[in-house]
Amino acid sequence: MSTTETDKDSEIEIISDSLKKYAEFRPSVVQSSIWSKKFVLFVENLSVSFDGFKAVDIPQYGIEHGELRVIIGPNGAGKTTFCDLVSGKTKPSTGRVYFDEKEITQLDESDIALCGIGRKFQTPTVFDSLTTYENLLLALPGNQGWKNNLLQPESKEEVEKIDEILEKVSLINQREMPAKSLSHGQRQWLAISALIISKPKLLLVDEPAAGLTDLETEQTADLLLELAEEHTIVVIEHDMDFVRRLGKTVTVLNEGQVLAEGMIDEMEKNEEVMEAYLGR
Amino acid sequence: MKNSDEKLIENKGSFGALLLIGFAVLPFLYGEGIFSIGDINMLGRYMSFAILALGLGLLWGYVGILSLCQFTFFCLGAYAMGMHLAHHGGPEGIIDANGWKIPACLFVVYPYDVGESSGDALVPGFWKPFWNLPLTLILGILIPGVTAFLLGYFVFRSRVRGVYFAILTQAIAVAGWLVFCRNDVMLCGTNGLTRFDVIAPSESFHTFNPVDAKDSWIASHGANMDYDLNGDEKLDQLDYSIADVGFSLSSERVQLWLYWITLSCLFGAYLLCRWIVKSRLGKVLLAIRDDEPTLHFFGYKPHIYKIFAFCIAAALAGLAGMLFVPQMKIVTPSNMEAYRSVLVVVWVAVGGRSSLGGAVLGALSVNLLYNFLTSEQDLLFFKWSPDYWPILLGLIFIAVVLYLPNGLIEIVNKLKKKFASSHLVTNSSQK
Repeated sequence: MSTTETDKDSEIEIISDSLKKYAEFRPSVVQSSIWSKKFVLFVENLSVSFDGFKAVDIPQYGIEHGELRVIIGPNGAGKTTFCDLVSGKTKPSTGRVYFDEKEITQLDESDIALCGIGRKFQTPTVFDSLTTYENLLLALPGNQGWKNNLLQPESKEEVEKIDEILEKVSLINQREMPAKSLSHGQRQWLAISALIISKPKLLLVDEPAAGLTDLETEQTADLLLELAEEHTIVVIEHDMDFVRRLGKTVTVLNEGQVLAEGMIDEMEKNEEVMEAYLGR
Repeated sequence: MKNSDEKLIENKGSFGALLLIGFAVLPFLYGEGIFSIGDINMLGRYMSFAILALGLGLLWGYVGILSLCQFTFFCLGAYAMGMHLAHHGGPEGIIDANGWKIPACLFVVYPYDVGESSGDALVPGFWKPFWNLPLTLILGILIPGVTAFLLGYFVFRSRVRGVYFAILTQAIAVAGWLVFCRNDVMLCGTNGLTRFDVIAPSESFHTFNPVDAKDSWIASHGANMDYDLNGDEKLDQLDYSIADVGFSLSSERVQLWLYWITLSCLFGAYLLCRWIVKSRLGKVLLAIRDDEPTLHFFGYKPHIYKIFAFCIAAALAGLAGMLFVPQMKIVTPSNMEAYRSVLVVVWVAVGGRSSLGGAVLGALSVNLLYNFLTSEQDLLFFKWSPDYWPILLGLIFIAVVLYLPNGLIEIVNKLKKKFASSHLVTNSSQK
């Protein structure tokens, strides 16, 4: 309590880009407001265990405003579980999650989504019996109440917005087709479009390149880079070419813990990381 | 775009055709003496079942919630209307200490305490609101609606889904049946409510108890109040069920009117459900059926939508019950038995649960078949016995599930398409 606000601000400036930057973090409500200026999302003492197995155990970790962060790691490293914890699908055993200057640990999924965290799952989740257009219609922000939905048909601007995005991901010819008749790649893109149209502050994108052709993978990477100009994005990915193409800071998770952080080339030289990937 | 326009026009065509059949052709056949009033009455009852099926069609077909207690909601509405009719029906029974007439059906099975005699019987308080017709109509929809809301609030919020929900509702159906069978809940036990003679006595529109009704009757008829009412035989006449202040349920004109009201309500219910399904909320309902967990991450709270659909289905069931009772003239707890609610599922499955029309078609066709096959029929080779009906129904159900997963409505749609395409060909050749 003896240190003043300005001291703390300068402390934050000093913090380096390396993993050590989180070490300064003191979990307290007083400090959380200051940290919120730097990080859009940060977690403290976050852990969850399933039947005694600690799937995720992260003392401190944060995503800066406007960043595109890639999280990689071997199978079972806790990447998806981390996303589940942030988006509210799983409740943590201990710790807190702060997003956008608010604590969201105890909120349920829909409230977290309304706070501005959008999520794309590993398998593309689209609503099969709805058309492509209707899928995006549901994703539009600000219409989640039932009265709105019953009484208000979509406005002209909203239709234009949907058509614009369908044009962009070249699904415009499939506009009136039920989503179940789309190919896997088209479903991936539809799921990403739905995420974009909902205008979240933070996008959690889980394996966007899974099961895509090389060309589609490239296009997806370009799309994410384009989005990164306006959004904060967390990408979880296995595909190293894809990660290299994104060319952004990478966090390596292993056994539920943050192992290292840096550019992809550095990571490939890091012995610990390689060991985790190749096994002992 | 063009395609959907054509579809719309086509749908409107069949909608108009059904309106015409219901409102003009059937009453015309009745007028010509081909249909008896009994047939019209039967159709009216089956149409009230169709309203019930519409609710389940919305709930099961669109939201994917399988409710096995729809007949319980139906009976909540039916008992509301039954209590109203019992208040105004039957000359038997006595006036209790508060000046209310104990309905005949309640009087015969009144659960007296030890040492009580017939003079101690009182009309229970919860019967009293049902004296007034508008209040009855509101309560008949509100009670099932609110019940569904409370049930849905606790069940859907704690994310009970799928087969667990179905089992829960089935248990509720059994519990409801057991409660209504008990004599001491003052709902006439297994006898049920009966002795209905008149509907909507004009006095019941604006009066809330029999004393008011008597006063207004005396005022409107200019009766002389100088004599002691109790000592006069006119008391019976002034009793709450006099024919000249109501419409006799046994009159053919009234039965035809009931048929028309039921038919209008069926179309109204259909339009309501269609409006819901076509709105954006309808898309959310479909999304819940497809993948409820994902919908959370779009910021939706699926349980609110599920409660909404459940309430609509329950309210429609209550409405159906209210329309059913004056046409059936009796309502007993046997209507609430668990298997009855399962039957509704069979109707909807046979008709086709993927569309609202299917639910209506299923309810009408299965019930008409039931009506035909539960009487003895002399077929060419063997004598059909009503005992075979459940077996046949089971076979129909299996056959539909195996060969017509989208129900009978699929056949109708195919025929319509065929008709439309041949129509188009002739049109283009004319050009």
